[in-house]
Amino acid sequence: MTPGVLVILVLVLGGIGFVLGRRRALQSAAREGLKLHSLPGYYGQTVALFTVVPALFLMATWLFLQPIAIENSVSSQIPDSAVAEGSARSLVMVDVRRIAEGLDSLAEQGALSEQVLLDMRADLTNVRSRLAEVGVALGSEVSPAVFEAAKSYRGIEHTASSIRTVAVLIAALVFGAWAWMRIKPRMRARNVSETFVKALLMGSSLVAILTTVGIIGSLLFESIQFFKLYPATEFYFSTVWNPQFRGGSDFGFLPLLWGTLYVSFIALLVAVPVGLMIAIYLAEYAGSHLRSFAKPAIEVLAGIPTIVYGLFALITVGPFLRDWIAQPLGLGTSSSSVMTAGLVMGIMLIPFISSLSDDIINAVPQAMRDGSYGLGATQSETIKQVILPAALPGIVGAFLLAASRAIGETMIVVMGAGAAARLNLNPFEAMTTVTVKIVSQLTGDTEFASPETLVAFALGLTLFVFTLGLNVLALYIVRKYREQYE
Amino acid sequence: MTDMTADKPAASTGPARSLLKVGERTRKRNAAEKRFRMLGLAAVVFGIVALLGLMTSILSNGLSSFNQTYIALDVYLDPAKLDKNGNRAPEDLRKITTFTVQPLILSAMQTMLEERELAAEGVNAKQAAALISKEAPAELRRYVIANPDQIGETVSFDLLASGRIDGYFKGRVTMESAALDRNISPEQLMLADQLKQAGLLELRFNWAFFTAPDASDTRPEAAGLGVAILGSAYMMLIVLVLSLPIGVAASIYLEEFAPKNRWTDLIEVNIANLAAVPSIVFGILGLALFINFVGLPQSAPVVGALVLTLMTLPTIIIATRAALKAVPPSIRDAALGVGASKMQAIFHHVLPLAAPGILTGAIIGLAQALGETAPLLLIGMVAFVREYPGAPPEGFFDPASALPVQVYNWTQRGDPAFIERASGAIIVLLVFLLIMNAVAILLRRRFERRW
Repeated sequence: MTPGVLVILVLVLGGIGFVLGRRRALQSAAREGLKLHSLPGYYGQTVALFTVVPALFLMATWLFLQPIAIENSVSSQIPDSAVAEGSARSLVMVDVRRIAEGLDSLAEQGALSEQVLLDMRADLTNVRSRLAEVGVALGSEVSPAVFEAAKSYRGIEHTASSIRTVAVLIAALVFGAWAWMRIKPRMRARNVSETFVKALLMGSSLVAILTTVGIIGSLLFESIQFFKLYPATEFYFSTVWNPQFRGGSDFGFLPLLWGTLYVSFIALLVAVPVGLMIAIYLAEYAGSHLRSFAKPAIEVLAGIPTIVYGLFALITVGPFLRDWIAQPLGLGTSSSSVMTAGLVMGIMLIPFISSLSDDIINAVPQAMRDGSYGLGATQSETIKQVILPAALPGIVGAFLLAASRAIGETMIVVMGAGAAARLNLNPFEAMTTVTVKIVSQLTGDTEFASPETLVAFALGLTLFVFTLGLNVLALYIVRKYREQYE
Repeated sequence: MTDMTADKPAASTGPARSLLKVGERTRKRNAAEKRFRMLGLAAVVFGIVALLGLMTSILSNGLSSFNQTYIALDVYLDPAKLDKNGNRAPEDLRKITTFTVQPLILSAMQTMLEERELAAEGVNAKQAAALISKEAPAELRRYVIANPDQIGETVSFDLLASGRIDGYFKGRVTMESAALDRNISPEQLMLADQLKQAGLLELRFNWAFFTAPDASDTRPEAAGLGVAILGSAYMMLIVLVLSLPIGVAASIYLEEFAPKNRWTDLIEVNIANLAAVPSIVFGILGLALFINFVGLPQSAPVVGALVLTLMTLPTIIIATRAALKAVPPSIRDAALGVGASKMQAIFHHVLPLAAPGILTGAIIGLAQALGETAPLLLIGMVAFVREYPGAPPEGFFDPASALPVQVYNWTQRGDPAFIERASGAIIVLLVFLLIMNAVAILLRRRFERRW
């Protein structure tokens, strides 16, 4: 039974539990001539909660732990001799898993019966060609030990899945029945179910923490794997980025960092002045007519997905810059360039800067404006000499948040900046960024043990640390500033 | 006071000045004021022009993808070729390949040209048949398998024209560019013009764009968004089902129950930071955790949905907390005063009053998730998928695509016709987003209460 069907089944059981619990509460109250402590619905709710929640929790944990347990037990079956020279046990396990999957699809298509599969032996049958029929391509011939491991992998997985179904259903029934048995008129069903619900609410708030732990954990774990294969100093201080398919790759971080910073710099050069001026103009000068039209228009820019900006860079801005600026000036012939990506990213960041600045400018007390006007300053003098200095910390915070977004932005640079890793000052040349390389190293077939794939995690970790630092700093500045006038 | 100052005007600033004549310094200051103002206006205009430029670029490139060129053709379904055994058995028919069907189209094209007395110089029969898409044989094959009784009849089809012909009628391909193109010649274009005059070729609304699956590099005219729309819909369904309850539950806890201590602080800082983590990092998390560790299948909507759920949660939590905060404490106090428990006060009174705000936030979060691309690239949703995913819940585990990823996928193809498709797909995506945002605004206008 697939997990989806199982979830639905458990939910149905919960529904039945609700009806039964409610009925039992009413019946027992009538029989014993007592008034119920809580409304009858709460008795039903208690039964339903006890039926559904533990069962689903068990299933989630099981789904999470089952692959690890199976992996461990199967990988201990593989003799050391089956692990080829220069290879790793984890690589062999990848093969085992793929063979098992292939056998599954062979059985599904009805090409082979279960019995035949069990009797199949790698030294007698050409497993590789059989599996190729169902679209599982293997790099080398299958050794008998690996094939046996794959068969037992498949066997254990099937048994584990059926045990899981049974265990989840039993958990639902047992807990549900237990809650149902406990029902009597004096039972404080409302308190029980409310405590239960409160625990659930608390558990939900932990999801955010778990997400962070998951992000940091997966990034750190895989990055450490990478740094075991490739020295960290070379990664961070080398200027050559040259991944190869068959080993001997150079992973120099500096060209990527340079590209990232260059694109972000141009983006901020566009976004900060324009966004700030828009915020000032709309807050201080614009009539209600213009504001009611311009403000939503700018906000629309914020709601547009980045893939749209990427396409805009690819089909319009890139060719335009190439044909009208770069080529006439002899600066380059590539339509994807730092300038293209930076300009489009700048447009994307305009609403971000302008809405943050708008909040900050509005937070400056009116009394300060009035004081400045009273001394005879013009509007622009007031803005430049009173409002902006007062709002400066907030604007710096907005700037840092925008910088963090620019560094982490992916689709615009993937489609607009190019893929060549180089250290260059010419903004009309294609350069590449950290995010572009994460995408290019991780799309396609992912073989987890190679440094070519693992480097993406090291890049991701660096990116995460960078943006997190900027965010924390920005939030700190903005929060500190807000308190000033409140 | 006023009298005294009025008596001695500008005594300290030297010679007497007329109030009607603007001084040098004042003029300078006013000019600076005007410049600053113009600068502000220029910035606003730049923003609006950028928006208009973006929209025009997408619309001008993409609107044409909603029309498609079709060629009407009467094809004789030759039993000698389609059904050699003459028994119309389905298993035999299924063995028909597109190669067996291709000659039928060729001869049908020839017959039509002869009957209508259309002749283009320099176009042989094969080139004439090349006006029709490479997808056409597959379409014919499907028709024959579905209607075996039609074998031996002459059936009229509306077949897709090839991508270049389609581009010619949309202005993408010209006589000059055709002269340089290996795949099409100006003579073929002239023949297409004649077909159009004869009424055999027409541009029609392209329903297949919304329902057909993706197509290979050589047949952009057949590529559609069916699988992508279905995949996106599946993902949005799971995201909604997971993120709304979890987000609302977390917000209720943090807003109403959580004690003010370090732990709660940590959770709150955490949520604020998660909202600003680059989306691609969530993709890495999905790849390492859900695919590599848990072993869920690549390209499956369920993995994409889990990643997008984690991304959407902070948005929903922030919106929900704002909505809960906006409900005045008097509502809670009144409920507690008449004997409700805290849980009852919240679930029976506060939550319903906050519901419009929560729903608005959820819709905006979903709209963000719908347009998100980068994390989906990493979990393998860029794969070329031609099969529709099955019905849920099993279908959630089948490979599928997603709207924004399909756009990216098409921009990576060689044929320029795919740029048109990508822009068209963007328009579809933007229409969905527009609908969602409009619903959010309507909800807010209709139900939001000011206390």
